[in-house]
Amino acid sequence: MSLGPHADFIVASYAVTALVVAVLIAWIATDFSAQKRVLADLEQRGVTRRSKRGDGDAP
Amino acid sequence: MAVIDLANPTRFLTLVDRVLPWLAGVTALVFAYGLYRVLGAPDDYQQGATVKIMFLHVPAAWLGMMGWSVMTVAALGTLVWRHPLADVAGKSAAPIGAAFTFICLVTGALWGRPTWGTYWVWDARLTSVLVLFLLYLGMLALYWAAEDPNRGARAAAILALVGAVNIPIIKFSVEWWNTLHQPASIMRAGGAAIDASILTPLLIMALAFTLLFFTLHFAAMRNEILRRRVRTMRMMQARGA
Repeated sequence: MSLGPHADFIVASYAVTALVVAVLIAWIATDFSAQKRVLADLEQRGVTRRSKRGDGDAP
Repeated sequence: MAVIDLANPTRFLTLVDRVLPWLAGVTALVFAYGLYRVLGAPDDYQQGATVKIMFLHVPAAWLGMMGWSVMTVAALGTLVWRHPLADVAGKSAAPIGAAFTFICLVTGALWGRPTWGTYWVWDARLTSVLVLFLLYLGMLALYWAAEDPNRGARAAAILALVGAVNIPIIKFSVEWWNTLHQPASIMRAGGAAIDASILTPLLIMALAFTLLFFTLHFAAMRNEILRRRVRTMRMMQARGA
């Protein structure tokens, strides 16, 4: 498959898109791990939400 | 389970944990098929192979606008019903919408140089999309600056509603003003003006990007709910509860 005389522009478009999507996925995955770790740490120290003691429905 | 039950954060988290791996898998499969169809798509008779940029640029543009539309609906949920999950949805959509708008601007510039002979012109379509990106940055700054999520939520909801005015301006800018950007060629009266050999891969890529948006949005909403739980627990810990 030939990308013609403007191959650089096409390759750059796909590279930028892949990079931005990869950064977005990595950021969300890292954030999830961080929040889970902090929550586990707080629960281990005996801190629990009121809702967890009750109906378990608050954010 | 009724739809209204999903507005409960705990039930929403349970659903996301169950659905997210499947959604991510389907997204990857549709992307793989879409890219396969892109590789097989013919060159445009005028633009040559640069038409391949369209398979990224157009879906990114749609999702940049959809991200703000999601935030607008979420803003109504925040201001009218004051539901915390509405603000979670709005806040989580902001960085994803900003990323897709950024992709739209960059791929548009890279497509414009070989097609128009310039990376950028201050025409109505390009400028209104740049305004959308700046609105996203303002929204992110507003969220990150707010120490109390509830206070930030109201300000962000108002900004989302004000910024929603820009969405129809982007859509109709190519009809209302004389622009270098081409007029609508897919969603227009009389049907799409693109041959099926290019339109079909474009629609598959649009579906893949839409699935990616919702996969990332659900994952980001889960993170935000957890972040608010951490904040609540830290406050309780500080109070010695």
